[in-house]
Amino acid sequence: MNTSRPQNLTGYVPLILPAVVLVMFFVVPFGSMILISFYKNLGGGLYEEILNLDNYRRLISPFFVGLLIASFGLALAVAAISIVIAFPFSYLLVNSPRSTQVVWLIFMLSILSLSESIIGFAWSTILSRTAGVSNLLVFLGLLDRPASYAPGLGALIAGVVYTAIPYAVLVLYPILSRVDPHIEEAARTLGTSPLRTFFIVVLPMQRNTIVTTFLMILVFTLGTYLMPQILGRPQHWTLSVAISDQALMQSNIPFAAALAVFLVIVTLLIVGTVVLFGRKENAS
Amino acid sequence: MSQVAVRRIFFSVLALLMSAPLLVVLGVSVNERKSLTFPPQGFNLSWYLDLFRLPDWSGALLNSVIVAFLSAALAVAIAFPLAWFNWRYRIGWVKGILAIGLMPFLLPPVITALGFLSFWTQTGFYGQAWTVVISHGIFLVSLPLVSLSLGFGSLDDSLPEAAATMGADNKVILKTIVFPLVRPYVISGFAFAFVVSLNEYLVAYMTVGAVIETLPMKIFNSLRYGYTPVMASASVFFVALTVIIFSLVARFGDLPKLLGAHSK
Repeated sequence: MNTSRPQNLTGYVPLILPAVVLVMFFVVPFGSMILISFYKNLGGGLYEEILNLDNYRRLISPFFVGLLIASFGLALAVAAISIVIAFPFSYLLVNSPRSTQVVWLIFMLSILSLSESIIGFAWSTILSRTAGVSNLLVFLGLLDRPASYAPGLGALIAGVVYTAIPYAVLVLYPILSRVDPHIEEAARTLGTSPLRTFFIVVLPMQRNTIVTTFLMILVFTLGTYLMPQILGRPQHWTLSVAISDQALMQSNIPFAAALAVFLVIVTLLIVGTVVLFGRKENAS
Repeated sequence: MSQVAVRRIFFSVLALLMSAPLLVVLGVSVNERKSLTFPPQGFNLSWYLDLFRLPDWSGALLNSVIVAFLSAALAVAIAFPLAWFNWRYRIGWVKGILAIGLMPFLLPPVITALGFLSFWTQTGFYGQAWTVVISHGIFLVSLPLVSLSLGFGSLDDSLPEAAATMGADNKVILKTIVFPLVRPYVISGFAFAFVVSLNEYLVAYMTVGAVIETLPMKIFNSLRYGYTPVMASASVFFVALTVIIFSLVARFGDLPKLLGAHSK
């Protein structure tokens, strides 16, 4: 096909229009957010256009260290649990009949797209005293009386893992579907059991995939916003919660922007590592 | 134990664990009385009627649907020409613009939300209802962008080439050959953006939360200020709507392929 350049300027319109919209409504707001992070806060949603580093100096504080521990502690725990469940699941999924795959993909996509407020509500209900699993445990005689398990750190991790599993599966599924089935077949022909094949052939082969998926779940979990408020206690609030709290409740947009810039840098570092890993994979 | 047996057990356990929270909400939503109890006491579908009958709930539902429809349309309108241009001319630096389109969905949503909050405040439009459509449209542009790039990438190049040889120009080729072939990808890109916008909380809350209440906001607010069974029926309704839309996408398109899988 003729893939030369458009002959005249009108030919570039399909490119220029969307590009202008994206620049105006994403690049400009994003840039102005970075700029605001250097402004002086006056309170009440107002700020003065004096460049200074005060908002970033506030990042060296026990408040911020607490936020970091809450955000990354949660993200690491969730990423570890999710990948232990999602990797074997995705491996089995790509090897199952097509109709099974489609049903699971619909289910996973649906859970991934569901509002955090709905999932948070569902988990707070199933962990509640009146409608929760504890009633089942009482019925089975494992518990004396119904108990409430939410809010708490366990409830928060369970809820976020619940949303992270579909995400991990949808990252792993296309990668695992491209794996050459002959490698496993060869191992099986040589008499290796399916379980052993999984541990000594599939897992080592997919080491990079596992690392990059782990990092992607980390980024995904850093974005969780409602779950810490519904299923956690204030000490479990993450960077995402703190950013919107500073912007809307404390009306301190410059400090919210500084926190957001920090979150962007961390995210880009993680994504950059993922891309590097991907390159190494392609090169080898 | 064979792989099939392992698979059956693993899949059954996971299916049970992952559907349990939703099933409990389903049970709670048919309670006779206005209480949060499971197993449900009595059977009553009136909370579903309330979802459409009570003006605050039906209003929130309508807001969500309108916002989702308009912003999904905007996202597709931005993504389509961009993906087409990238496929048609294959110019290296166009990839950079595509990357901007993928950024909002890659970064934590609170970043986009804060960016828009400060942008609409600075431009003086903060609090206008339409700002949420633009905010969601930009936030979700990645979804049709990915599905359309996949769609254009899967086209057989010899078809437009043949048409060009016979004298058809860009416009004719696009209308008669390219568009009919990528239509499933346009529809699925729209569907993905629609569903995600329907369920999105944070960007909507930080841009128009003060003036419009969408259903996810309504559910969260009810969660904070007191339980009502309507939030259970609203949740069940949204879960059903989401599953139906993705099932339709799977019915009329190749879902594994749309998600980037290669068939073995």
